[in-house]
Amino acid sequence: MKLGLENFDKAFENRIRLQIMSVLVANENYDFNSLKELLSVTDGNLASHLKALEKEEYIIVHKSFLGRKPNTTYAASDNGRKAFKIHLQALENLIKQQK
Amino acid sequence: MQEKDVYSELNSIRNLMERSAKFISLSGLSGILAGVYALIGAGVGYYVVYGTSGDLDYRDHYVNDEAVILQLFFIAVVVLLLSLSTGILLTVRKAKSKGETVWNPSSKKLLVNMAIPLVTGGILILILLYRGYFGIIAPATLIFYGLALVAGSHYTFTDVKWLGIYEIALGLIAACLPGFGIVFWTIGFGVLHIIYGSIMHFRYDR
Repeated sequence: MKLGLENFDKAFENRIRLQIMSVLVANENYDFNSLKELLSVTDGNLASHLKALEKEEYIIVHKSFLGRKPNTTYAASDNGRKAFKIHLQALENLIKQQK
Repeated sequence: MQEKDVYSELNSIRNLMERSAKFISLSGLSGILAGVYALIGAGVGYYVVYGTSGDLDYRDHYVNDEAVILQLFFIAVVVLLLSLSTGILLTVRKAKSKGETVWNPSSKKLLVNMAIPLVTGGILILILLYRGYFGIIAPATLIFYGLALVAGSHYTFTDVKWLGIYEIALGLIAACLPGFGIVFWTIGFGVLHIIYGSIMHFRYDR
């Protein structure tokens, strides 16, 4: 059963990427460590997914330092918010079609 | 993609959006206990001011006695510290049992947003106390506490907003009826906390 897939965003095919995006849409910004704890994923895993989203220009990366520790925060870009909305709409349509 | 996959996907999104933006480990039980402490504190305070004579004709002491004010201040601080430590303890315990962290972006935002009205109100009340406006304490503590709850409610259960609005309303009524400060204070910090703590306990804690 594959319906309405043309509206599915390739960037959100991976579950963790979709989860990252939903956190960033609900919050002004979120830092790397809190994101890692919330999603319970490894550093490397999270970093690679964040990089993928950054490449799509769905998120904005803001690097700064807290004392000497790097503190990287992420925020959803306007493009990212739009893409997330369209993806959700596609999911919803899929449910409607199957009813 | 299977239908149940889509449902679980949507569910996980909703859950994450909520969990990331709101701090939902607040313990309802701590609200009930805070209310109980406030009731006991109010009882002791009443005893200090009115004495044991029982009837309302004459007071043993007056609120502008310096010794009495000091005692009342001491009671208030003890109630506040007890409530805070119980709240922190139970909230940490609840977060742990749910496998969540206590110190995360949403709890930080909750604290900062509550601290602004609380600190403002606290300083204002101290200034007014210093200038001898004792009647301001009950309405002002209720109003600023209510404002803090409304401000913080965006980052936790929305029920907290209504508790805040009720506290503000009580504070405004208390301001119109000087002399009944302790009554409104007892309702606001004692009774309302117990009611709201119970609602939150039965709705979210189990």
